[in-house]
Amino acid sequence: MALLEIQNLTIDIPTSGGLLHAVRGVSLSLERGKTLAIVGESGSGKSLSSLALMDLLPRRAVRRADALRFNGVDLMCATERQKQDLRGNRMAMIFQEPMTSLNPAFTIGDQLCEVLLRHRKVSRTEARDRAVMLLEKAGITSAGTRLGQYPHQLSGGLRQRVMISMALMCEPDLIIADEPTTALDVTIQAQILRVLRDLQSEFGMAMILITHDLGVVARIADDVGVMYAGRLVETGPAAKVFTTPGHPYTRGLMDCIPTPGRTKPGERLGAIPGQVPNLVEELRGCAFRERCGQSRSACGESFPDLWLADDHRVACLSGQSAENAA
Amino acid sequence: MSETVLELSGVCKTYPISQGMFRPKATLTAVNGVSLKVERGEVFALVGESGSGKSTIARMLLGLTPPSAGEILISGVPIAKTNRRKVARRIQPVFQDPYSSLNPRKTIADLIALPLVVHKIGDHAERQSRISHMLDVVGLPKRLIDATPDQLSGGQRQRVAIARALVMRPEVLICDEPTSALDVSVQAQILNLLLDLKNEFGLTYFFISHNLAVIEHIADRVAVMYLGRVVEERRRAGLFEDACHPYTQALLESVLTPDPSLGLPENGLGGSFPNPISPPSGCAFHPRCARAESRCKVDSPPPREIADGFASCLLLNR
Repeated sequence: MALLEIQNLTIDIPTSGGLLHAVRGVSLSLERGKTLAIVGESGSGKSLSSLALMDLLPRRAVRRADALRFNGVDLMCATERQKQDLRGNRMAMIFQEPMTSLNPAFTIGDQLCEVLLRHRKVSRTEARDRAVMLLEKAGITSAGTRLGQYPHQLSGGLRQRVMISMALMCEPDLIIADEPTTALDVTIQAQILRVLRDLQSEFGMAMILITHDLGVVARIADDVGVMYAGRLVETGPAAKVFTTPGHPYTRGLMDCIPTPGRTKPGERLGAIPGQVPNLVEELRGCAFRERCGQSRSACGESFPDLWLADDHRVACLSGQSAENAA
Repeated sequence: MSETVLELSGVCKTYPISQGMFRPKATLTAVNGVSLKVERGEVFALVGESGSGKSTIARMLLGLTPPSAGEILISGVPIAKTNRRKVARRIQPVFQDPYSSLNPRKTIADLIALPLVVHKIGDHAERQSRISHMLDVVGLPKRLIDATPDQLSGGQRQRVAIARALVMRPEVLICDEPTSALDVSVQAQILNLLLDLKNEFGLTYFFISHNLAVIEHIADRVAVMYLGRVVEERRRAGLFEDACHPYTQALLESVLTPDPSLGLPENGLGGSFPNPISPPSGCAFHPRCARAESRCKVDSPPPREIADGFASCLLLNR
């Protein structure tokens, strides 16, 4: 059984302009120990989808799903008590900006131990020992003295290592990392990703990595989901999605990034014309069709879903016709 | 044939840092003896980690803060002796975050016209025609002329920022991380626009970024900064194919290209950026350098000429 199963998740947010359909039917599943990367641009609904799992959505937002199961627990009808037992314990989150997600008024030792003391029957000493052990695993030297420090005394890279250690305090089954390295320097980025990946394989956790950086995705993910306008438009193993991207949006994204060997310095980069559609209105058909070079009249009628290979799925009609012709 | 537009010679910038009420102030050296020349029509890129002094240099070039030592010359004339407005006519900035660099209460027309108003250029009719010309140039539809920034997307806002910078017909644009806050597809549009504008108006760019893929795409010459010093300055091809300084090499190794067949790189840099208030002795990079020798802790490396630039590393002598 998959660790996490999402079927047809939708999130609507009432705004002054009307109902915003932020997530419009996302289905995915994640096995234990695997890393799934969700890529997409701002507003594509990738962060909201993950917040929906933790039930941390803004209060006005309305979450619906045919199924939302984590570790056998149905999250849609879980009580607040059950959800509190899951959050930080069985599933943990790492946010983008460690300065705003750490409490500036408490030492990192207090904040690390709190997680374990809240969820387990352990003594302060045991919690402290585990905090030191995890900080050391996350590559922090002299971890014992760091416990007495406040977040402002640490650099951005160190803070993110503290965040990772905090997420691991209860040995969760699932880690949701929302842009964990976006605020960091390139030199630190690779180190943090390495720490995440090593700890993940050591503790056998599954990870959902949310990012807009295709470089990060390519290097760390097992599976990739590409989101556009609240929907998954392409999912599959990272190797397949990157070598044979099926959806025009995925291809467009890849042409946008300057890549040595593929793009020529000083020449124009590929660009996706137009803008993301307004999600307030009811959208019919493929949301990408107005920016797509291959759109046809049929694209306006229905949102397509199909399997390219058994595990590589692309939601595009033109991919379908290519498949039929072959 | 080539003409130097901007020149920094031995520029330093130090800031006094309060250590607490009764302790003496410490000195933070943000920029430490930087000399470089930017030729007309080229894209000169500055790259480095946060805290390396990139943005301090940008602020000094814009005349927003004076250097503590050394001189900045615009076409051979020291910036300190030039009227601030004259500097602004020739050098204009494009900042990182178009959400905070545009006044949310002003319309797009007001924002673009502000430099013209400040410099008392043209009457109302001429300003209007310049504004609509600028909207054309940066690819914004005319209907946005009375919109406010909150009605615009991030890419459109950055286009407004570029239009505002160009309305004075400057020679040099200082672009401080102009695409870092944008999505990749919008980043591509803005980079394309910047390259088009450069050819159309014969602009010179002083381009600051920490994204090496962007720099490799757009730059002609690149200077790598570490802790307030330029450790390597090369032409683009030379730097990206055959970097000399260990720090540049580590930076290049850290870049994550979208290639799933490659794993995570090991740059060997370690996590800790040194404290800029008490920088390491000798070569400032030695505590993180995998190839450091004992003399690196003592001797400060002089810049050493290479075919297409220079690098400052003691190990280059062998």
